[in-house]
Amino acid sequence: MDAINSITNAHAEAVLFYLFGGMAALSALLLVLSRNIVRTAVCLLFTLMGVAGLYFLLHAEFLAAVQLVVYAGGTLILIIFGVMLTSKSPFSKFEPKPGEVAVALTVGMVLFGALVLALHSFPFPAASPDVQGKYPLVGLGQALLGDYLIPFEIASVLLLVVMIGAAYLAKGRRHEAEDMKHTTPASKTMRQWS
Amino acid sequence: MSLLAIQVTTIGLHHYLVLGAFLFVCGLMTILLKRNAIGILMGVELVLNAANVNLVAFNYFSYAGTNGAPALNGQIFAVFVIVLAAAEAAVALAIFLNFYNNFTTIDVERASNLKG
Amino acid sequence: MNLISNFLAADVPTFSLQQLIQDQLGLSRGPVLTMVYGVFLCAAVFLPAVSLVAMFSIWWERKVAGHMQSRLGPNRVGPIGLLQSLADGAKLILKEDLIPTSADHFLYRLAPYLAFAPAFAVFLALPFGPSFCFEPMLNVGVFWILAMLSVEVMGVILAGWASNNKWSIYGAMREACQMVSYEIPLGISILVAVMAAGTLNMVELGHMQGGGIHTWLIYKNPFVFAAFFVFFVASLASNKRAPFDLPESESELVAGFHTEYSGLRFSFFFFAEYAAMFVVGGIQAALFLGGWNDPFGIIGYFNHHLNASYAADPGLNTAIPVLILNCVAAGIFVSKAMGIVFVQMWIRWTVPRPRIDQVLYACVKVLLPMSMILLLCGAIWQLVVPDHGGIPWVDYQPWDFVAWANVGLASLITQVVLALVGITAFSAVVGWVLYSAATGRGHKMRLTDPTDINEGTENLVKA
Repeated sequence: MDAINSITNAHAEAVLFYLFGGMAALSALLLVLSRNIVRTAVCLLFTLMGVAGLYFLLHAEFLAAVQLVVYAGGTLILIIFGVMLTSKSPFSKFEPKPGEVAVALTVGMVLFGALVLALHSFPFPAASPDVQGKYPLVGLGQALLGDYLIPFEIASVLLLVVMIGAAYLAKGRRHEAEDMKHTTPASKTMRQWS
Repeated sequence: MSLLAIQVTTIGLHHYLVLGAFLFVCGLMTILLKRNAIGILMGVELVLNAANVNLVAFNYFSYAGTNGAPALNGQIFAVFVIVLAAAEAAVALAIFLNFYNNFTTIDVERASNLKG
Repeated sequence: MNLISNFLAADVPTFSLQQLIQDQLGLSRGPVLTMVYGVFLCAAVFLPAVSLVAMFSIWWERKVAGHMQSRLGPNRVGPIGLLQSLADGAKLILKEDLIPTSADHFLYRLAPYLAFAPAFAVFLALPFGPSFCFEPMLNVGVFWILAMLSVEVMGVILAGWASNNKWSIYGAMREACQMVSYEIPLGISILVAVMAAGTLNMVELGHMQGGGIHTWLIYKNPFVFAAFFVFFVASLASNKRAPFDLPESESELVAGFHTEYSGLRFSFFFFAEYAAMFVVGGIQAALFLGGWNDPFGIIGYFNHHLNASYAADPGLNTAIPVLILNCVAAGIFVSKAMGIVFVQMWIRWTVPRPRIDQVLYACVKVLLPMSMILLLCGAIWQLVVPDHGGIPWVDYQPWDFVAWANVGLASLITQVVLALVGITAFSAVVGWVLYSAATGRGHKMRLTDPTDINEGTENLVKA
């Protein structure tokens, strides 16, 4: 009982951070290394869920829920659909050449090293401030419709444009059945490229 | 029992930034290593997530504002990034589907029609 | 112009079960620690509770199906067949664990958990009572529920894909299409109710409906009333529940996305479906039908006073009445949710199944425009119609119609009229069911029922 009573908030926070952060980091690593595209997508799901957990730790609950709804429940489903529609066999693999792997590894490690060095050499504030998890949702709503109204409206217009564009792009050509009617190659080509 | 006596360092900004850097580098390596176009898209999503983690961590740790109205800039930035990432993924997938319909493969090495 | 009032201003002193337990056990406090202990407490409570609910629902479904088809349903194992689910569970556990050779082993094993975990995680946010909820009292409780319902789609898609089976993949793709499409009217109809309430916090929503049946959110304005039915239909589709059960349509797809699953893995999907049914019923109860409150506002009244007395004198003595009140409240919440589950079962065994294109037509061309119009009109109503905000018994007296009429006559009339409509409709349905059960009017005689050989033929089934 004494052991359980001595668990402090810092312990819990550390455990949760390493849990969610570890899940995200491990899944990201597996995402790089995996050869099967569906497994890559599942790794991305776990990365997104780990990042959502981190947002909960950072008291950004609304953002965590948005991440789960939009990213994990929307974008990822879209990606999985794309994977399923474009794979010839369920487990098709593409192997990168060894030269490319070497270059990528070098770039990755150099960049990671540089970033970590830069981060450690800058005196960021270490402790969290007194604002203990009080990000009221009202403030978020008022900011979105107040200070950030213009980006909000532009984002909505952008989403409309994206919806129309994606629907048009993905429509594909449905002229295959009519191709059979035309016998001369010229008209067939005209049909195909119209 | 003795495990709990270990003084745990408080999770600070550094931890989140290092994690963000790691996710970014993983995303970058995915973009470089994958030949499947959708794999590259997943790398891009990973990069955007890393940026989001950075934004939200900075929002929580660098205190700006009063206790009644704490700063929300990082979270709002992150919301917009998520929205735009979803939009960009939709368009990218539409393009990939078109590519697949034309070339029957999703390998980006084959997308070399404009070469030379 | 009446802007959305800040309901969070009313500071209701609350008794928290988790804090009581933590204090009695001497555990330290802290925001993250509270969340962790809350999760453990909820998991310990809900794991058996969800299993019990699922087992009971499975038995109930078979009984309902049987009686609606003029037969008895399970009646051998246990008193009225109540232990049938146990027998089914034992059978499923004892089955051989088969994994198809060409299936993706890791994903095949992962999929049932991915489908079950979100359905179970939603229980964290459901408000079973004023103090019987997850301690941090998620400020975004409603949104968390939406998020978990979205993640559930992944488990189903993976199950279909990993089985490496044509029928499974068809089922998975149909299911993904359907669930993702119906999330939009689902979310928008939730938004209509949340807009009328002004908060995403499930506990606040429950407090706000504590003044009696006319304060329930479904009667707040006619658009929320319509949004309830839109939400109900969309939730049927989101649960893959008939008439939208194409993903598991037995006659077409063998068993849809869980064709290759058998034994314990299949039971995970089964449990997930029945847990999701309860969850969706719980959301409707909490958001629209008053949550843990009774139609007279008694619980709201006592909650306010008992909490005040606990805050004045904390200790086990003043905590016991609050605990009893919370148990009663939880019972009311669960019975409301089970009522909705019953309606879902009722519809399943009544309505035939449409095609997938008809399902998507219903979503995109009927429910989506309807929900958008409801959102727009609900927003305009909020702006135009003056209403007092706040929590009943704390900020205003809900049965004091005179004072209410002075603040906003339109809202009072709307709420009372809609409440009367709701009460009439509900009593009509219940009364009709009871009447037909009592007189045997709505029930054709079975050919196997014994008839007196000397009686006339007037009781026999007419062709």
